[in-house]
Amino acid sequence: MKKIQIFGLIIIAVAIGIIVSTAGDASTYVDFTKAKTMAQDGDDESIHVVGKLKKDAVGQILEMEYQPEIDPNLFVFTLVDNNNVEQRVVYKNSKPQDFDKSEQVVVVGKMKDGTFSAEKILMKCPSKYENGKMETTEHTAAKS
Amino acid sequence: MIHSTIGSAGHLLVIVAFVSALFATFAYFKSGTSSATIEETITWKRFARMIFYVHVAAVVGVVFSLYWIIGNHYFEYHYAWKNSSLSLPTGYTISSFWQDQEGSFLLWIFWNVVLGCILIFSNRSWEAPVMTVFALVQAFLTSMILGVVIPGLDVKIGSTPFLLLKEVMPDLPVYKMDANFIPKDGNGLNPLLQNYWMVIHPPTLFLGFASTLIPFSFAIAGLWTKKIQDWVRPALPWALFSALVLGVGILMGAYWAYETLNFGSYWNWDPVENSSIVPWIVLVAAVHTMIIARRNATALKTSFILTIATFILILYSTFMTRSGVLGNASVHSFTDLGLSGQLLIYLLTFTIVSIGLLIYRWKSLPSDEEEVSTYSQEFWIFIGATLLCLSGFQILATTSIPVYNKIAEAFGTVLNMALPADQIAHYNKFQLWFFSLIIALTGIGQFFWWKRTGKGNLQALYNPLLIALLISAAVITFKGVKDIQYIVLLTTAIFAIVANGTILLNIMRGNYGLSGGAVTHIGVALMLVGILFSSAYTRVVSINNSGLMISRSEEFTSNDNKENKENITLWLNKAEKMGDYMLTWRDVRVEPRHIPGYIPKSWVDIVEGDFHAVALRDIEVDGKKYNSKGDTIEIFPENFYYEIEYREPSGRIFTLFPRVQINPRMGGIVSSPDIQRKVDKDLYTYVSMVTNPTAEPVWSQTENFTVNLRDTFFVNDYVAILDNVVRTEEVEGVTLGQGDAAVKAIVRILDKDKEFVITPSFVIRDRMVARKPETSNELGMRLQFQEINPQTGQFTFGVNTTQRDFIVMKATEKPLINILWLGTFVLVIGFVMATIRRFKDFIKMRNRESASAATPKTKSKVVTA
Repeated sequence: MKKIQIFGLIIIAVAIGIIVSTAGDASTYVDFTKAKTMAQDGDDESIHVVGKLKKDAVGQILEMEYQPEIDPNLFVFTLVDNNNVEQRVVYKNSKPQDFDKSEQVVVVGKMKDGTFSAEKILMKCPSKYENGKMETTEHTAAKS
Repeated sequence: MIHSTIGSAGHLLVIVAFVSALFATFAYFKSGTSSATIEETITWKRFARMIFYVHVAAVVGVVFSLYWIIGNHYFEYHYAWKNSSLSLPTGYTISSFWQDQEGSFLLWIFWNVVLGCILIFSNRSWEAPVMTVFALVQAFLTSMILGVVIPGLDVKIGSTPFLLLKEVMPDLPVYKMDANFIPKDGNGLNPLLQNYWMVIHPPTLFLGFASTLIPFSFAIAGLWTKKIQDWVRPALPWALFSALVLGVGILMGAYWAYETLNFGSYWNWDPVENSSIVPWIVLVAAVHTMIIARRNATALKTSFILTIATFILILYSTFMTRSGVLGNASVHSFTDLGLSGQLLIYLLTFTIVSIGLLIYRWKSLPSDEEEVSTYSQEFWIFIGATLLCLSGFQILATTSIPVYNKIAEAFGTVLNMALPADQIAHYNKFQLWFFSLIIALTGIGQFFWWKRTGKGNLQALYNPLLIALLISAAVITFKGVKDIQYIVLLTTAIFAIVANGTILLNIMRGNYGLSGGAVTHIGVALMLVGILFSSAYTRVVSINNSGLMISRSEEFTSNDNKENKENITLWLNKAEKMGDYMLTWRDVRVEPRHIPGYIPKSWVDIVEGDFHAVALRDIEVDGKKYNSKGDTIEIFPENFYYEIEYREPSGRIFTLFPRVQINPRMGGIVSSPDIQRKVDKDLYTYVSMVTNPTAEPVWSQTENFTVNLRDTFFVNDYVAILDNVVRTEEVEGVTLGQGDAAVKAIVRILDKDKEFVITPSFVIRDRMVARKPETSNELGMRLQFQEINPQTGQFTFGVNTTQRDFIVMKATEKPLINILWLGTFVLVIGFVMATIRRFKDFIKMRNRESASAATPKTKSKVVTA
């Protein structure tokens, strides 16, 4: 076999490796019901859940706790997924700026002891800069 | 009055630019097709050039019109209203030009026009085919800002920046009352973009994007006119120029992110960042194969593929960031303007045409007769280029995940794929090894390139290898590097520095102009070392170890205190221990426009919705008086700086001013870090939450206390003692006349570790009682001297309380980050050297060619190397 052919084969092998690994590392969008079954099955892969904040009739956010004077690294709220399943979410970091204004929240993390432990929060807020448009922001709980 | 002329002129000029680009494409194409006679070719070329100049004039006119609208604050125009405001300083008015999609397309179009003109003047022999591609790209780009609705079909082409506010938002109620309503002020520029990097980063990046078109055009022209090898020489200097500018643009963006955003990092693996780094990596690979393309047929073929790939990746990146396909995935993609279809056509046209042309000509490309030797320079450069491409491919494969979802959607299935939850780990898993290999190859490759080593002469590499191993061992021990992958990256990077450094010293003696490659490689290696230490060894300093909350929150103590506690809460003027430092939040400051530094917020009263403030006292900074009490001064109304004092163990004190921006019209707060820069590390601090400095405090209901002298009473959990009531001659804000009297109470309030003295006054003036309360922000308390009872000798105080002011902040240490910045400088110098060298080569060759064309006799003697 010629050198160039061996070389080509190696490249193809690496490329396939990259694709397989990307597919393996990629997370998925699920709902809370699925997240719970996954946790029960011992699957501890981090997943994305899309939802909205729980609000009352006048648009006040319910069940949201952040007390920086006690613990600035603990933020707990209730998220309602697209199937109207409610879930307590714990985010061990400071409350993201503009969280109250978010229309849609994506939490990345996994179920842990009955609560959803979020590593990352993505929010869609009404854009400050463009009327009627949404923009996304991202917040990550740093690794301890 | 609505200034409708300038907008109409701008819009008309866009149409002229679009049409002239189409005509120029056609004319240049006619001139480039070989079937025509020489005379026809020349006529077409002259005609095409003329039309292109019309296009240039039109584009300059469009740029001027838009800038005129923004610069003169014509807020009747949506673009000016949305992106600028009266309070914006001139420098940032320029950046509001490219704040939005249309303006950034315009910037791109403008750069293409500049580059096109340079090409026409510098390279007449390639003009026709190269400018055909150029003009076609311009036609596509100008169509993006066309804003024309095709009648009948109801298809809108492009989005124009010249729309009036009334045309964009006709439903605003104000237009029902006054059809000629013009807003008094604009929305303003995103406060994050009010930064000097944002004035130079976008133009640089777009010049980088625009310049990738040049090597691409030459490659296409080479295929088209069958000058299969000749295109490389004029294209190479431009490819280097492009790699330089695009690289600098990306690095500026990274530096801006580090300085302004609170990611705490210069690189976030955001799709927008990724989609600009991938074309750059491929372009760098292309530069390497182009260098050897004239000697090696495989490299020539690869050069075609890679230059075409670079440009297509730029188009793909444009499509990703501007079509809305990224959706949830990106922090800072543009919003969808409804251009997705148009962008997709643009992308597909160039992909299909260029790849089609390449396949069509593939057979006529030369091929190598014998296999390349393992000991040749070509072999090592080739391996390096391949690794670069694989690295780019890996980033692209992951970044495109949202695109896979869309494609699946188009085929009716639901994929629901999301980006990896831990992106950093995902990318590092590959990139760390790729770059270890790549950086090692730069050293080996340079040795083969300069023939310092070869078959049977490998020992030349032993010395640098030995030196590198020794240095690495020392650094690893000294810095305590433990992870194997970091050890590998560090060692290979140091080897690259040593090996390239050896070569550099060698060739510097001969001709320093040739050492661009070695210098650039050293720059990259330094950058890798800097990245390694500053990101892998980032240390959070603000670990919250205050015991206060343990008793109150179960969550806090669970999991053996290992949970993330990286933010700490600071109360005003209350020292807190953080790592080695004692931290105290001292004050909130504002930024005046014509006075250096920041001044305390309490010195001025900010005029709401304006960029002026009234001085409440004389403004003195560093002993110099700038303004008197009552003066109106200009400030940056959105910026608040939190004065945080750091006391080092040695007793040395320094102060950082992390910023919080509050734009009342846009709502919300945005925080930016402040960085204490030391030679060996940066201390990076940002505030993640504050009590709103612009909001008036909400006071509790007044509670009255009636006490005797030296009585102790409890207010809001604090112990308060009325120490004394004394006569006073001075009460701030009150002029005491004859017969007036004033007393002030001295109330001592005990906090846990500190005492506060509050002195409210009681004034009898013109037989009227006036009470001057005193507020302590530290305690969140306001005390008013209500009454003196002469019969009982008792005093009554009114107390209101409010939320005490606090901030939540985070601080990290980033070791050796300066090596990264040093590396970027070295990289830039190397690229500049290499670019200059290749331009000189090209000019020498061009002049020789034109000389030989003038005197045909010598033509045969010209050696093409």
